[in-house]
Amino acid sequence: MAEITIVQAVNDALMEEMGRDEDVVVLGEDVGVNGGVFRCTADLFDTYGEDRVIDTPLSESGIIGAAIGMALYGLRPVPEIQFSDFIWPAFDQITSELAKMRYRSGGQFTCPMVIRTPYGGGIRGGHYHSQSPEVYFTHTSGLVVVVPSDAYDAKGLLKAAIRSPDPVLFLEPKRIYRAPKTEVPEDDDYIVPLGKAAVRREGTDFTITCYGAMVPVAVEACDKAADQHGWNGEVLDLRTLVPLDEDALLASVTKTGRLVTLQEAPKFTGYSSELSAIVAEKAIDVMEAPIRRVAGFDVPFPFTLEHVYMPHADRVLRAIEDVMTYE
Amino acid sequence: MVDVLQILSPAGEVEANELPEGLGDELLVKLYRQMVTVRTIDTRMLNLQRQGRIGFYGTCKGQEAATVGSGAAVEMRDWVFPALREGGVLLLRGYSLEQYMGHLVGCSLDPAHGRQMPCHFGSGEHNFLTLSSVIGTQILHAMGAAWAAKIKGDDTVTLGYMGDGATSSTDFHAALTIGAVHKVPCVFFCQNNQWAISVPFSKQTASDGIAVKASAYGMPGIAVDGNDVLAVYKATREAVERARRGEGPTLIEAITYRIEGHSSSDDATRYRDSAEVESWKQRDPIERYRAYLKRRGLIGDEVDGEIHSSVKQRVDAAIKAAEAAPPPALETLFTDVYAVTTESLKAQYRDVATEDGGGTNEGAFPL
Ligand SMILES: Cc1ncc(C[n+]2csc(CCOP(=O)(O)OP(=O)(O)O)c2C)c(N)n1
Repeated sequence: MAEITIVQAVNDALMEEMGRDEDVVVLGEDVGVNGGVFRCTADLFDTYGEDRVIDTPLSESGIIGAAIGMALYGLRPVPEIQFSDFIWPAFDQITSELAKMRYRSGGQFTCPMVIRTPYGGGIRGGHYHSQSPEVYFTHTSGLVVVVPSDAYDAKGLLKAAIRSPDPVLFLEPKRIYRAPKTEVPEDDDYIVPLGKAAVRREGTDFTITCYGAMVPVAVEACDKAADQHGWNGEVLDLRTLVPLDEDALLASVTKTGRLVTLQEAPKFTGYSSELSAIVAEKAIDVMEAPIRRVAGFDVPFPFTLEHVYMPHADRVLRAIEDVMTYE
Repeated sequence: MVDVLQILSPAGEVEANELPEGLGDELLVKLYRQMVTVRTIDTRMLNLQRQGRIGFYGTCKGQEAATVGSGAAVEMRDWVFPALREGGVLLLRGYSLEQYMGHLVGCSLDPAHGRQMPCHFGSGEHNFLTLSSVIGTQILHAMGAAWAAKIKGDDTVTLGYMGDGATSSTDFHAALTIGAVHKVPCVFFCQNNQWAISVPFSKQTASDGIAVKASAYGMPGIAVDGNDVLAVYKATREAVERARRGEGPTLIEAITYRIEGHSSSDDATRYRDSAEVESWKQRDPIERYRAYLKRRGLIGDEVDGEIHSSVKQRVDAAIKAAEAAPPPALETLFTDVYAVTTESLKAQYRDVATEDGGGTNEGAFPL
């Protein structure tokens, strides 16, 4: 076992998958000589050379469009978008082309690839280095959307994503890129299957759903609820947003009867709204309190007031208190 | 390669008859003061960033002539659409240092309420658009605003800045395509500082420079020595006049160099040779211009010291004021989302206002 960060886990997964499959190529801005602005692609250039680790001109639609062509022709591209806030010039390529290729061609053409991109706030990045864009993509049929929350999952999920026959958007929680370290087996071939949630903390009184950088916040809030009130909450880390592990969600709320959803993206029509709807449709009869959604505010991501914007454990605790004291 | 316009030789010499029209002694000295001001502020701000007093900073160092020379060539009624390194143009247009520092610190003195990372200035009063971090988008806005001025019959020209990296964006292509077809009064100004973070110009485009791209779009392309403030001023001035005469847009490529890292978060030694940096330091735009002004007797030995100390004094006072000012009011988190704040946003404000003030403020920006 080795203790590593998420950055190191991403790097290890890329290093190993490029070694395992020579069709895997990495492309993006600053990914080559510089090793990525967050160092996720460090040393790949020296190991695999400039044909497989490609510094591109500054064009996100160019990066993704080229990757689509590469994937069609038989490579396994792993394009990087430097910050998910800069993915929009490629939105057309992703939603019109990438996501629909299998469907529109009756399965004759496919584009297996993994778009890696750091997302989320908490790093003093203001409007354009902080956003959580997941819901624009979870709304687009044909894409798999993955958000790891620690190094073990980052490595295992990324390896699974690279081997997946479907296009994957891999959102990396940059706020926790370098901490906390988690243990990761040194076995080359462990993967974490796509589409499976994980229970991070077991409990019987209430459920918190979360993903990415909000997982540690959920755990902290649960610990506070236990300390202050003696309540025993369950933290469900979704890990893959599409396809959703609906069984895990329903199993947890069936056990607890109370649900707090947590995301840092703005609340209105957020991913948690879908979770709430599913629970309302399929499990309303087991619910003992209204669902509470904790999320970012419905405003552009701020700079100075970032600490007010970001959901934090005390804010989550108040939602827990609401669902636990509901009569 | 197209010819590169140069007026000041590297030794700071000028053939008298080459001096651009409209460049009187007063303006000549003002350009110098402004370049030194920009450099002084940069040095100071990078230090403040390292002390953790501002979150992020990207300097103009090495590009002062390209920035100040071009910015001085437009009138106050003209509009400026900046990229990351043109804060100096806003100062040139008379922006207050208090607000400038207020933005860098992110406090309530910032007219945009500290909503963006440092170096994302903007001022309606100064016709200087608040920039976004998204590379290339403003090139289209500059073109569209110029188009509007043309439609309205106004005498306004727009100046759209971009880096060399931005010329690879789809927006660059759209802006030059549409702008040339409709002969809009826009000057596209590319600061080719040779690097887009770690990507060298040779990996950005296989084109022999940026200026040559203009001819395919159907507009003049001018390459200018970006470390020669007089040449930059002349090229921009001529393009502005051309635009004002209704003859359409021009693409200017200022050939210059980014002396510092991309930003306070970047370690440029990972990807570029220090010998290259040193060779460009030898072509410093300020030194070159100083040599010229001294020879002309327009500045004396004491002037640098005087500029430094007066800038330092004003900057110190402005920083002090910015650091003493309170953070933006909580409600600014929710205002300006819409013209009229929605009931839902008001409710979100009320919720958070009764909270314990939010979580903790974490560290510095990593890029
Ligand atoms: C659309 C977009 N993609 C990527 C980035 C990340 N990024 C910020 S600055 C930069 C390089 C910009 O280079 P250039 O346009 O040459 O301007 P310079 O910084 O050299 O002045 C990159 C890739 C971004 N801000 N926007």
